Amino acid sequence: MAYSDKVIDHYNHPRNVGSLDKSSDNVGTGVVGAPECGDVMKLQIEVDPTTGTITDAKFKTYGCGSAIASSSLATEWVKGKTVDEALTITNKDIVEELSLPPVKIHCSVLAEDAIRSAIEDYKKKREATEQPQQAASE
Amino acid sequence: MNNDVRLPIYMDNSATTPCDPRVVEAMLPWFTQRPGNAASRSHVFGWDAEEAVNVARKQVADLIGASAKEILFLSGATESDNLAIKGAAHMYAKKGKHIISCPTEHKAVIDTCKRLETDGYEVTWLPVDGDGRISLSDLADAIRDDTILVTLMAANNEIGTLHDVAAIGALCHEKGVLFHCDATQAIGKIDIDVEAMQIDLLSMTAHKIYGPKGCGALYVRRRNPRVRLTPLIDGGGHERGMRSGTLNVPGIVGLGKACAILSDEMHRDVEHCRRLRDRLEVKLTAGLDHVSINGSVDHRLPNLLNISFAYVEGESLLMGIKDIAVSSGSACTSASLEPSYVLRALGLEDELAHSSIRFSLGRFNTEAEVDYTAEIVVAAVRRLREMSPLYEMVQEGVDLSKVQWQAH
Ligand SMILES: Cc1ncc(COP(=O)(O)O)c(C=O)c1O
Repeated sequence: MAYSDKVIDHYNHPRNVGSLDKSSDNVGTGVVGAPECGDVMKLQIEVDPTTGTITDAKFKTYGCGSAIASSSLATEWVKGKTVDEALTITNKDIVEELSLPPVKIHCSVLAEDAIRSAIEDYKKKREATEQPQQAASE
Repeated sequence: MNNDVRLPIYMDNSATTPCDPRVVEAMLPWFTQRPGNAASRSHVFGWDAEEAVNVARKQVADLIGASAKEILFLSGATESDNLAIKGAAHMYAKKGKHIISCPTEHKAVIDTCKRLETDGYEVTWLPVDGDGRISLSDLADAIRDDTILVTLMAANNEIGTLHDVAAIGALCHEKGVLFHCDATQAIGKIDIDVEAMQIDLLSMTAHKIYGPKGCGALYVRRRNPRVRLTPLIDGGGHERGMRSGTLNVPGIVGLGKACAILSDEMHRDVEHCRRLRDRLEVKLTAGLDHVSINGSVDHRLPNLLNISFAYVEGESLLMGIKDIAVSSGSACTSASLEPSYVLRALGLEDELAHSSIRFSLGRFNTEAEVDYTAEIVVAAVRRLREMSPLYEMVQEGVDLSKVQWQAH
C-alpha cells in the first residue's frame, strides 16, 4: 500500500508519544480498539481546570502506520483547544488531512473515539472531585 | 551499519524468486532465433521446439524421480492444483465424491475444493495442531469407501511447516485413494521423490525455484496406479489432451533449466539458506524479548522464518523496515482485511497473527543482508514498542487477556 507523505511523516516523526499521569485529576485517558482487531490507541489529555484548555496531549498506538498517524495528528490538534472545541474534531477531518484511503477510515474513527473517550474520562473525574468540594462549601 | 548491502533487500522468496541468470540465458534464444511452435510438425522450427520441451520434461522429471511422460506443462501451480483436483474429481466421480484436505492449504487448493463442494462433492477438512501438522490417525479415520482424493501440501507457504508426505502417500496407497501433493514450496528445499513418497499427482511452479513466472508443471502418475484426469481446458489436444494450448516454450525451457540446476546444486542451496535463516533467527530472538516462532521448528522449510513480535502490529513494522521486502500475516496487508487464515488454523491468537512477519531466504541472499536486516528489524520493533500501549501495559504487569477492550 502506498502511504501519503503526511502519514509517513507522522510515522517517522510521531508527535507527542508518551504517557501522562493517569491518576491525576487533570488528566483524561482514553483507550480504544482491541489487540485482536489489530489496533489499540491510548490518548491522554491534560486540562487546565480553570480555563478548560487542553495544555498537553500524549498517545501510544498499537496499529498500522495510518493508525499511528491518526493518533499522532489527534494529539497535535487537541492541544491548545478547549475540551468542547476538541469534541468538534471528526474522523472526516483526519481522513482529509492524512489523505487516508477507504480501507484506513477505521483508523480515523478510532482516533475520534480516543479523543472523546479521553474527554469523557476527564469530565467524569472532574465531576467526582467537584461534588465533594461543593458539599464542603455548603 | 553495513555499507556492502544494496537496498532494497529482497527477502520474500516464498512469494517468488528472482530468475537465475543461467535460466534467463537458457530461455532467451526461444524468444527470438528459435521461435517454433512445439506442435508444428511440418518444419525444423517446430521439431526444434518440441525437442527443447522434451529435454525440459526430462529435467523436471529427474528432479522428482518421475519419468518424462508423467510431466504436463501448464501456467503455474494454481492451474496445476486446479487440474489435479478438479480433473481427478470429475474423472472418478462414479467411484465417489469425497475429498480430504486441510485448512492450511494454499487458496489454489482450498478454493478449488470449495468449488467442488458447491458441485455436490464432500470435503473433509483435517484439523492441524499448533505446529500446522495433521495427524495420520485423523487422516486414516477420514478415509471412506467413497473417498477419491487426498490433497495435502508438502510445505506450507506461510509458515514452512512440512507434512509427513511419505507417510501420507503410504497411507493413501494402502487404502487405494489418490494422493495429490502441492509441492510448490517444497521443491528445491527438501528432497521430493514421487516413488518413495507414493505421490500420484504433484503440483509445482517455476517462479519459486528461480525460474520464470507463468509456467508450472503437474506430475501425473502413469503406473501403479495409472491416474487419469478430465481436462479443464479443451482445444488442440496438447499435452496428451490434458491441457490444450500452445506450449510456452521459453517458460518451459526455463522451468527445465531451473530444475536441472537444482538437481546439481540443491544441497548447496539448502545449506546456504538454512545457514542464513538460522543466523537471522538467532539474531532476532537474541535481540528482542516477546518473540515467538510460528509453525513447526522441527519440521520446517530450511529457508523460512515466520515470527511474531508481540505488541507490534505487522504493517507498521513493514513500514519501519521499508527497505526490506518481507510479508506479514497482519490483516492490514491482506486484501480481505482478515489476519492470516493459516495462523488462525494453528490456533494462534489474532493479536500474534497481526504481529507476524515471514522472512524467506533464497539463493541470492547474503550474510551481510541478513545482518543488516536483523539490525533494522530489532531497532524498528524497539521503536514501535516504545509507542505501543500494549507493551507499556505488559511492562506495568497488566494481563492483556483480562482487559475489557472497546472493540468496534
Ligand atoms: C503452496 C502454493 N501453492 C500454489 C501457489 C500458486 O502458484 P502460482 O503462482 O504458480 O499459480 C503458491 C504460490 O503462490 C504456493 O505457495
